Amino acid sequence: MRKGYFGDFGGCFVPELLMPPLMELEQAMAAILPSEAFQSELRSLLKDFAGRETPLTFCPALSQELGFELWLKREDLLHTGAHKINNTLGQALLAKHMGKSALIAETGAGQHGVAAAAAAARLGLRCTIYMGAEDVERQSANVRRIKLLGAAVRPVESGSRTLKDAINAALRAWISEQADTHYCFGTAAGPYPFPDLVREFQSVIGREARAQMLERTGALPDYAVAAVGGGSNAIGMFAPFVEDESVRLIGVEAGGTGEPGCLHSAAINFGRPGVLHGEYTMLLQDEDGQILPSGSISAGLDYPGVGPEHAFLHRSGRVKYGIAYDHEALAAFQKLCRAEGILPALESSHALAWVLEHREEFRPGSRVLVNLSGRGDKDMDIIERALGA
Amino acid sequence: MHILERKIRLARKSGRLALIPFVTAGFPSRERFWGIVRELDEAGADVIEIGVPFSDPVADGPVVEEASVRALAGGVTLRGILEELSAHRGEVQSGLVLMGYMNPFLQYGLERFAEDAARAGVQGVIVPDLPFEEAGDMRSILRKRGIALIALVGPNTSEERMGLYSEVSEGYVYVVSVMGTTGERGQLPQEVPQVLARTRRAFALPVALGFGLKSPEQIAFLPEHLRPDAAVFGSSLLKHLDGGGSPRGFMEKWTR
Repeated sequence: MRKGYFGDFGGCFVPELLMPPLMELEQAMAAILPSEAFQSELRSLLKDFAGRETPLTFCPALSQELGFELWLKREDLLHTGAHKINNTLGQALLAKHMGKSALIAETGAGQHGVAAAAAAARLGLRCTIYMGAEDVERQSANVRRIKLLGAAVRPVESGSRTLKDAINAALRAWISEQADTHYCFGTAAGPYPFPDLVREFQSVIGREARAQMLERTGALPDYAVAAVGGGSNAIGMFAPFVEDESVRLIGVEAGGTGEPGCLHSAAINFGRPGVLHGEYTMLLQDEDGQILPSGSISAGLDYPGVGPEHAFLHRSGRVKYGIAYDHEALAAFQKLCRAEGILPALESSHALAWVLEHREEFRPGSRVLVNLSGRGDKDMDIIERALGA
Repeated sequence: MHILERKIRLARKSGRLALIPFVTAGFPSRERFWGIVRELDEAGADVIEIGVPFSDPVADGPVVEEASVRALAGGVTLRGILEELSAHRGEVQSGLVLMGYMNPFLQYGLERFAEDAARAGVQGVIVPDLPFEEAGDMRSILRKRGIALIALVGPNTSEERMGLYSEVSEGYVYVVSVMGTTGERGQLPQEVPQVLARTRRAFALPVALGFGLKSPEQIAFLPEHLRPDAAVFGSSLLKHLDGGGSPRGFMEKWTR
């Protein structure tokens, strides 16, 4: 396989001016990540600062109703409220070991921004978050959290004023600030080596879940299910299970409202291969190769591309990629709140929704593991508006 | 010798800096665009770079990005550019280069693009998000049609890396003057002489300097032996045109 590629997907389509920092990062990954010093520092941060390991929760009420076992990997219980902190602590620590003094990061809904700001504060790095101007308006609570954590927020006014434009702005900023700054990329996408780096730090999800399932049930799960936007929580869940042929892996993309012609974020299901943000992957684009706006009730899934490893896992057939629509995610959200006392993020609600919508397909007694990637507190306004409460 | 290299060398032979204006296709309006290209040609452009708009131009600053947004809103497409270029190419003497991001070329189909571009009189292509490692296919497909894939290097490109580009490049080498995106700057960064010196050592091709240029004085401050063979200007020209200025008016300060 070509370096930086997953089959045909991946690569490093960036301006020449970004090649030196990406090559520096690749070398740092090889030199620093395997060292015991780095690994023990990271373990301690994940345990004592972020709250790992996260629990594996069995859902008794839903399992009884569905006729199969529903298990949740509780990334929602992590510090800052989602799996994002696994990656930002890893990258911030790596940046520190590389001698960098600052982080920049993009954010859509603000979760990665908050997690990056928290990691930067903890490790004594300056931090600047690029955020689409529209997202700054609709996610004001996270903007305030980012600022309280000592990071600067740069609203991005160009393009569609959302996540994809925030990534463009952060890449541009990195061109001029690369000497002392690490770009803390938020998802398992972007130019090589980011897809590898983010998978490396998120795989702790699947490693823990795999061991916990074995310990609790004496067997591997029959299914592992995760929502896919850029795809970091999903690749973190899937990677440790890819070699386990008996485990069926399901990624769930956001289908938007489901009305004909609606905006959606299902790049694998409805997109075509192309180049955006440094990678060759599945993209929502028009016939001329211009990137189309995406849409979802879940801001964290609202992205017109997907990490290249997912594009590859789809093509190879190892992972199946389904779709959940806004209303299905909302229904799943309510169901989990009332049946199990857990308030999931709208992103994670998509994964759960797919399971509920496809309940007939599971053999009775199957063990179904869902990655509950984040908590729903951040989504209260959106959910109340959508439910008309 | 590739035709673009010959054009720049010819200008140097007559003792002047070769001039490479950049205009986004369809700017400032689709009606005015080809007239502007003609006028740039008549006013002394040696090579004209036409920008192919893309929705997500990561190497561009606000002026070129805004021009792209407007072009896309006005319905400019790569297909349309190539069709109109076929019709207008005969009116223009300058060398002609298309500058655009990878995805529109990819979706057009690289083989088909090379064929249609060659037929439309395109002599070079610049792809700002196609570094050496990813450029092999595109370069060889274009080369078969006589089109040069222009190398872009910058202040942080090592001489060793420049060597990689140098071995396979044709036409000219485009030196990015700043660690940043396109857009005019008051003065060139301090490290420009070192970058130019490195580029001269690594490349036998003519050297074009761009990103941030707005006036000839920026070049005049460079030591004579390091001065580039060509100057590329984009954002400052777009601003001039957008403010109602004529292409000739802009070119005059460079040809004086």
